[in-house]
Amino acid sequence: MLRIDKLTKRFGANTAVDAATLEVDKPCMIGIIGRSGAGKSTLLRMINRLSDASAGRILFEGRDITRLRGSEKRAWQAQCAMIFQQFNLVPRMDVVSNVLHGTLNRRSTLATMFNLYPTGDIHRAIDILDRLGIAEHAAKRAEALSGGQQQRVAIARALMQDPTIILADEPIASLDPMNAQVVMQSLRRIHEEDGRTVIANLHTLDTARRYCDRVVGMRDGRIVFDGLPEQLTTGVAREIYGADASFSEAATSTEIGTLDAAQDAIYQAEATV
Amino acid sequence: MTDLTGGVTDITRVHDEYIALTRRKRVYGGILLILFVALMAAGFRTADSRNAGSFAEGWTHVFDYPAEVLAEALEKSAQLPGHLLHFLPALVETLNIAAAATLAGTLAGTVLALLSTRGLAYWPRLIPLFRRIADICRAVPEIVIALVLIFVLGGGPVPAMIAIAIHTAGALGKLFSEVSENASLKPVEGLESVGANWAQRMYLGVIPQVGPNFVSYALLRFEINIRASAILGFVGAGGIGYELRNAMSWGQGRYDEAAAIFLLLFSAIVVVDQVSDRLRERLTHGAKAGATA
Repeated sequence: MLRIDKLTKRFGANTAVDAATLEVDKPCMIGIIGRSGAGKSTLLRMINRLSDASAGRILFEGRDITRLRGSEKRAWQAQCAMIFQQFNLVPRMDVVSNVLHGTLNRRSTLATMFNLYPTGDIHRAIDILDRLGIAEHAAKRAEALSGGQQQRVAIARALMQDPTIILADEPIASLDPMNAQVVMQSLRRIHEEDGRTVIANLHTLDTARRYCDRVVGMRDGRIVFDGLPEQLTTGVAREIYGADASFSEAATSTEIGTLDAAQDAIYQAEATV
Repeated sequence: MTDLTGGVTDITRVHDEYIALTRRKRVYGGILLILFVALMAAGFRTADSRNAGSFAEGWTHVFDYPAEVLAEALEKSAQLPGHLLHFLPALVETLNIAAAATLAGTLAGTVLALLSTRGLAYWPRLIPLFRRIADICRAVPEIVIALVLIFVLGGGPVPAMIAIAIHTAGALGKLFSEVSENASLKPVEGLESVGANWAQRMYLGVIPQVGPNFVSYALLRFEINIRASAILGFVGAGGIGYELRNAMSWGQGRYDEAAAIFLLLFSAIVVVDQVSDRLRERLTHGAKAGATA
């Protein structure tokens, strides 16, 4: 389905992504982990074509995505939704309008400028908001919502695109643990119920383990780990993050449960390793 | 999740409410659009009826004059480099007027702005007074001030410089004051706590915060002032405007000179625009740093 072949991105002398190769043959939920600056965001931005690759190819169902230009490129972006750490909504517009932005690629520029969306689309937007549990905020301005609610609006916008792939760049890094859980569960449900592929950059190991079918580890622009969550041992994690023995997972965890079980879990994990 | 029936009625209510809201917004938008079109049409008709000729008949002749200028300039194109060199001193004079006026106007505008900003003003009660002073500086057209000053002081670059400086002070006073309103008061309070006087608090506490914005607006104003100083040449303030007026009058056979002056003015504005663009970029984003991943 999606094949990334020796994808490379250079910024001047720095190499942000170094010959990344990845193959996804069926819809699944992938978590990408690694230190900040490891090239996770750059990789996702290249898949969405927000930035151009320096070398290598991205193939989706046999089509070379990296070569697309103009309206073909925008059509691909509509098919491959992106969710951002800082939500990237239009703050002064109401929630439903923000969700309707997901249809921009299909509508004429003039109609969207005058806010003339088909009634069917408006109903669908509200239904998606209802599915994510925020339909009662439909008419509010996006800026009036809390961080977790705004991220769910961003997910609704992504769903409105009816995409095959959803890319999520640190979707929970700006959220408190409670909202982080709601957002991750929403993404998991979208994958399970709609069969869409979700690729998420995550900054905590336990989130990746708990919600993903497959975990990819990046270090200094290279993919250094690609396997099942169970294979992600503390030793492997230390390797990915370039950390020494003082590295402990509980110290970075955002799970509420970790607060109580932190110490026990660590001891058990170390014992099983 | 709540029970199913309750959820269903609830979501239809949200649907209906939002659709009603959208309809209302569309009606407002439609009314605004109709008003806009009506105002445009009415305004245009008024302007057209008061015009000497009619727009419908006259607009086809818009390009007659430029075509004539170009034709004559092409005919005598061999003399163009000589003309360019000949008018260069006049261009330098125009740029000088603009630069001096921008500097003086920026300084006056800064003082006016600080005196008319809430939270910073030295005499908070006199804020409306300084605001009105800035308004008056802005409201009187440069050309009126210049004409009065030329009458009093005689022709030359100084009246033009003063006229442009007054207008610049008014315009920048307003813009600077808006920028200063967004400056944080915490550093000012910090300086107050060590016993600094008002001038010290402003110069050391506020200016560092708003400096890049001030410079950026002042550079934009410099570009505008070049055009203004060229125009003032038409009423006897010297510089390239004076030469242009003489060259572009109808039927003197000096259109080649007019073309050379247009070329000089255009390239001067392009150069200033490019240079100030670079400067502004540097000021707002800092010196070019290494890219981040």
